[in-house]
Amino acid sequence: MTQDTGKVVDEIRDPWYHRWAGLPREWRRRYGELDDRQRFQVGIAWRSLLVIALIVGIDWPLGVFVGVIFAINYALPRVPERWSKYNRFVIPTLVAIAALTYPLYVANLGSMKLLGDYPALGTMVIMGVYSMMAVGLNIVVGYAGLLDLGYVAFYAMGAYTAAWFASVQFAHRNFHFGAVGVGTNTPGIHVSIWLLLILAGLLTLIVGVVIGLPTLRLRGDYLAIVTLGFGEILPQVARNGDNLGGFNLTNGPNGITPIDPPGFGNVNFLSGSGTFWTSERLYFWGVFVLVAITIFCSLRLRDSRLGRAWIAIREDETAAAAMGVPLMRTKTWAYATGAFFGGVAGAYFASFKQSTFPNDFSFNISAFILSMVILGGMGNVWGVVFGACFLAFLNQQGLADIGHSINNTFGTTLDVPKYQFGIYGLIIVVTMLLRPEGLIPSQRRKAEFHEGVADTPLYDVQA
Amino acid sequence: MATEASRQPVSWFRGFYAAGVVPWIGRGLVLLLFVWLGVNLVKTPGDFGILLVEGVTLGLVYGLIALGYSLVYGILELINFAHGDVFMLGSWMALYIGVQKIGLDENSSGVTIVWGLGLTLLCCMAFCGLLNASIERVAYRPLRNAPRLAPLITAIGMSFILQDVGLNRLGPAPVSLPNILPTSTVFTIGGNAYGWDHLIVALSALPVLAVLVWLVQRTRRGRGMRATAQDQEAAAMMGINVNGTIWFTFLIAGALAGVAGLLYALYSTNIQFDQGFTLGLIAFTSAVLGGIGNLPGAVLGAIIIGLIQQFNEGLSWHAPGSDWTQSIVFAILILILVFRPEGLLGERTPEGG
Repeated sequence: MTQDTGKVVDEIRDPWYHRWAGLPREWRRRYGELDDRQRFQVGIAWRSLLVIALIVGIDWPLGVFVGVIFAINYALPRVPERWSKYNRFVIPTLVAIAALTYPLYVANLGSMKLLGDYPALGTMVIMGVYSMMAVGLNIVVGYAGLLDLGYVAFYAMGAYTAAWFASVQFAHRNFHFGAVGVGTNTPGIHVSIWLLLILAGLLTLIVGVVIGLPTLRLRGDYLAIVTLGFGEILPQVARNGDNLGGFNLTNGPNGITPIDPPGFGNVNFLSGSGTFWTSERLYFWGVFVLVAITIFCSLRLRDSRLGRAWIAIREDETAAAAMGVPLMRTKTWAYATGAFFGGVAGAYFASFKQSTFPNDFSFNISAFILSMVILGGMGNVWGVVFGACFLAFLNQQGLADIGHSINNTFGTTLDVPKYQFGIYGLIIVVTMLLRPEGLIPSQRRKAEFHEGVADTPLYDVQA
Repeated sequence: MATEASRQPVSWFRGFYAAGVVPWIGRGLVLLLFVWLGVNLVKTPGDFGILLVEGVTLGLVYGLIALGYSLVYGILELINFAHGDVFMLGSWMALYIGVQKIGLDENSSGVTIVWGLGLTLLCCMAFCGLLNASIERVAYRPLRNAPRLAPLITAIGMSFILQDVGLNRLGPAPVSLPNILPTSTVFTIGGNAYGWDHLIVALSALPVLAVLVWLVQRTRRGRGMRATAQDQEAAAMMGINVNGTIWFTFLIAGALAGVAGLLYALYSTNIQFDQGFTLGLIAFTSAVLGGIGNLPGAVLGAIIIGLIQQFNEGLSWHAPGSDWTQSIVFAILILILVFRPEGLLGERTPEGG
């Protein structure tokens, strides 16, 4: 990179606004000149500022929790070597405990400034489902570097699998297997949702392979368009699927409802049991377990032989092929694995909502999940989960509450949710421009974005 | 070495491609299409004829959008996702200037319609051109050296922002425009009328295409565009202002989208905030069908897609109908990318694109 030549020309024709537009770049340049010790201090300084801002601006329990996590993160490298092999479990365990007990203390939390109430349990379930999907998409986009704009197709496939095998859709059949909370005389196929989660994952995986095989030969941007095409075709098939040669497969635009709830023994998730095991808590703990499994699989996959092959393909496809990585097979596996998690999430979501409609599966959902991955940090599972939770929370209740806060403060009558997709678009653009590695980046991805590992021209034509 | 190589299993689909089966499947599909068209031609020649003319009309409008994709792809190898939404805002501009500001409607006199539409056209072109060029400046130029995925992702983000602007300007429901152009019949084929409005739309697209061809083939700017598309570094060394040329290309592509926005508003008299997404994808498919980066190919592809859409929605013998139009267009896109990724008129590249 011959950046020097570019810089000389830049100085000559600097427009007036470069002073402001170039500011982040300038900061990044100055940051690059610091030594490790100074970077450490800068890190502590801005993290403290963030924690103070959270405590003052949002709410103290949230700020304190984030502060504790930062503090532990700084303390961990100083743990004596005898115990340091458990270091990597500390923060996940803490977050897991906080999340698992969330239903017990959410009622006492009150509300946040600006953001409104803490997420209700129903919102938490949706946040969990989106986390699963985002982690699944992260395998495709973050690990393997394949842009998938049709992820909603997998979600749809999972949801419809749950709908076919756990509802009254096929009323002429009468088949029960392990379903909870459904009378044995109810017509239709009723299989236990827990089995269906796996079945949905597998069916979606097959769909992923079928979509992937013809298209993964193509270059990145073509792949994006083709996946987008599939993401549009599948919901349209669902919409028109009430009369496929006279057979009612998907019940068309009316959707399939009700879908059976999951359950154990005599307790089904829909009606709950007693005052402690309420329906929302059961659904929340259910999704928590699923998210935990997804994260675990995703992390283990990343460090496996397959995962390293994905990252090699992302960084340089040609070099990876030269090193003996089978491109097609590796990409297809990335696609299929991502699809699997999308399918499981879709099936659980359908069971939570007890319904599935073709209009749930628009392109906006695909892009919404993609912006979660980008905002959180492509390639980093924790970042992606954070991005998913944050955006799903905004979508579900945060934006409306922010709107109320703004309107109450400034006396305006803005309808903030009306701008939601503009806001997500803005998040995508601003993240890509200012911090392409996302809020919580993976170190490796960060290096790629800043050094431009892939497709670097030999010569800088930025005049 | 031989044993090492033989240990690598050859996947079945690789063998499938190597055996040359795939081209024959492609030819078989095309043959089926022609058989279907032939049967329909024999059964209902009148319907077939009018749909042919309507398909070309629609295809010319699609062609203007497809050219925008193709121009930008040719020069930057970037799928400008926001292009469809620029087109949608062009339609909105046509509504805003033509109908709401100038006040054109069914009863306007001929002279008013001519100058009113001329002014609207200029506004749409300027607005969309500048919008597209500023998108390039803000969202794509800073990422010129980033990994390939990065500008594609900002393009999606921009598309979202523009779509949201459209949603707030137009509202969630379709907005209908008055029939500004005369709807009287030019000619009839088998009892089906072809209106003046459609003829005018089709004829207006032609000079725009001619000007574009002249611009790209004959002018100094056009030569710069072609040079930049071939090799940015070499072009820069030859003294071409690469960034300026790219900016200009986006300006031209946006202006085309503006023309398309106005013509589409006149053609369908119904505009909607998400038309940019739907029609943008149709236009992109056309560009790929013709061979992306290839300008005549984009128009050819658009006309074929326009014909397929009209035939699908209008023919009576075994036509899937308008419920399936989008699926069919995407299926064509996927089939093209599988069977002939270089498109009808494009050249084969090593990357398969």
